[in-house]
Amino acid sequence: MVPLSPRMAAAAMFLLASLAGCAKQAGETSDPLTLLNVSYDPTRELYRDINAAFAKHYEQEHGRPVSVKQSHAASGSQARAVIDGLDADVVTLAVWPDVEAVAKSGLAHPDWQNRFENNSIPYHSVVVFVVRKGNPKGIRDWADLNRGNVSIITPNPKTSGNGKYSFLAAWGAALAAGGSEDDAQKFVAAIYRRTPVLDTGARAATATFSQKGIGDVHLTFESEAHLEVDESKGDLEIIYPKRSIRVDPPVAVVDTNVDRRSTRHAAEAYLGFLYTPEGRAIIAKHHYRPWGIDPPPPGKSETWPVIDTFDIDFVGGWKTAMKKFFSEGGVFDAIYQPGAENE
Amino acid sequence: MIALPATGRPSRRRRAAVLPGFGTSAAITSLVVTALVIIPLAVLVLRAASLGPAGFLAAAWTPRARAAYAVSLSASAIAAIASSLLGLLVAWVLARIEFPGRRLLDALVDVPLALPTAVAGLVYSALYVEKGWLGQFLVPLGIKGSYSFLGIVLVLVFVSLPFAVRVVQPVIESLDRDTEEASRILGASRAQTFLRVVLPAILPAVVTGFALSLARALGEYGSVVFISGNMPFRTEIAPVLIVSRLEEFAYAEATAIAVVLLVMSITLLVVVNALQQRLAHNAQ
Repeated sequence: MVPLSPRMAAAAMFLLASLAGCAKQAGETSDPLTLLNVSYDPTRELYRDINAAFAKHYEQEHGRPVSVKQSHAASGSQARAVIDGLDADVVTLAVWPDVEAVAKSGLAHPDWQNRFENNSIPYHSVVVFVVRKGNPKGIRDWADLNRGNVSIITPNPKTSGNGKYSFLAAWGAALAAGGSEDDAQKFVAAIYRRTPVLDTGARAATATFSQKGIGDVHLTFESEAHLEVDESKGDLEIIYPKRSIRVDPPVAVVDTNVDRRSTRHAAEAYLGFLYTPEGRAIIAKHHYRPWGIDPPPPGKSETWPVIDTFDIDFVGGWKTAMKKFFSEGGVFDAIYQPGAENE
Repeated sequence: MIALPATGRPSRRRRAAVLPGFGTSAAITSLVVTALVIIPLAVLVLRAASLGPAGFLAAAWTPRARAAYAVSLSASAIAAIASSLLGLLVAWVLARIEFPGRRLLDALVDVPLALPTAVAGLVYSALYVEKGWLGQFLVPLGIKGSYSFLGIVLVLVFVSLPFAVRVVQPVIESLDRDTEEASRILGASRAQTFLRVVLPAILPAVVTGFALSLARALGEYGSVVFISGNMPFRTEIAPVLIVSRLEEFAYAEATAIAVVLLVMSITLLVVVNALQQRLAHNAQ
């Protein structure tokens, strides 16, 4: 051990002091209020608008200025970041298991689903098809995906919420068409054998399809499909299959964090705002379908295309689905076992 | 791990006795190394150890994981060899040849260090797909640079090249040109001069560059996932499996794969480092 010289002691004091300084800054609550909404990739544009509108709304109602910060990345890694200490006031994630994982860690109340209307799901989407201009491969419904030389783009369901929903949509569509579990398994295996690239996230898959020109059809959320088609300036179009899965991204207040930071009132008002007429109109504008009767249309003269939907319970509910399909050695992994291609 | 070869440049501070305040610097060094390296690695190993031997093998030694290690290792090794050779060439040109734009080229070598690697992955894959700028000519020839093993190697060369160049360049700059001249005067051919005089002097640095490139390539994730296509058993690298397991909130299983990758990297680095030291010893 090196004897403690005055210089060394001074250096140690300096380090300690700077550490203490950091800690103090992080714990401070100050006027005006700030909220952190930890969300997933595709909602960036939606929450930018929501946050601006909510700030105005909250200050008018309660006389207190509030600014909402947003963080976006893959849904699962966002959940882990919150569990590992990211100071989120609210989480607005892609899939139920991610919010449930935050709750399981003790940060949110186990009853989080019942805190807001509709099981804390303020808006829906559906999985749709994006195809090239003029739909050259004539893709109209799920069965068309497994015909001829159609090639499909969808992200890896093990790493992407968007990918999970596409997988479950295909599975459910096979069941809904009267197929057995075996038929569903054969159908999804056929789909992934026609998938030349397994991107790890939704936006990477979008780039593969729209910018790099790979594949004939891209499976994705309706809201993402609209962004993708708008950006392509006429090179792509959306096809609604007859049936698809309803995408239910849940929201929750992170109880432990809001109590510590004294932001509960604003955080609850923020998520509540998603159910107000003003919030619903913004949600609709971004092509998410607001929950409740008479959802506002996406644009003035537009209407929501009609599509039959089934929800996660149709394919077994989240807990079963995660284990059966996406866990190590599950249905998805089996598609890629050596020799599986010869079946 | 890696001993940087002496550059031969006289240090400005060499005259000062030693660094002042040995106690302070030793304390700060050990604090930094502990906080930044040892503690995170210890946590990694502890988490993986919580699985027990059977659980560890079940998580980290599946056929799919073994295939992924093979992809990671082989692509990294090929990329590190390519980087070392290219790096030697680039370093030689930068150190020895005066030409217009040399400074610009010199600065460009560091770009891969500053560019977010995901950007590199996206750009490379867009270039080499069938409709891309380069892919439209290469794909008809059967050269698939996107969504293939070749694509992985391409981006790994990109991210590791600066290491290969920057380690070798100062050594070439410090070479004594008189020795080369003497060799020529004594009747050695150009090839003999290069092989018998120049190469032994710079080889230890080239090997160090190789080791750094290899280590960099093994850990790379951001660029690879955009160009590899991530097809299990073919182009899936080990870090993608780690992310897959994390998505299931299977932390311990994910760290088990990480530990295997870590052990492989450390083993390779130790071997390469031993080789480098032997070469350096022989060169003296």
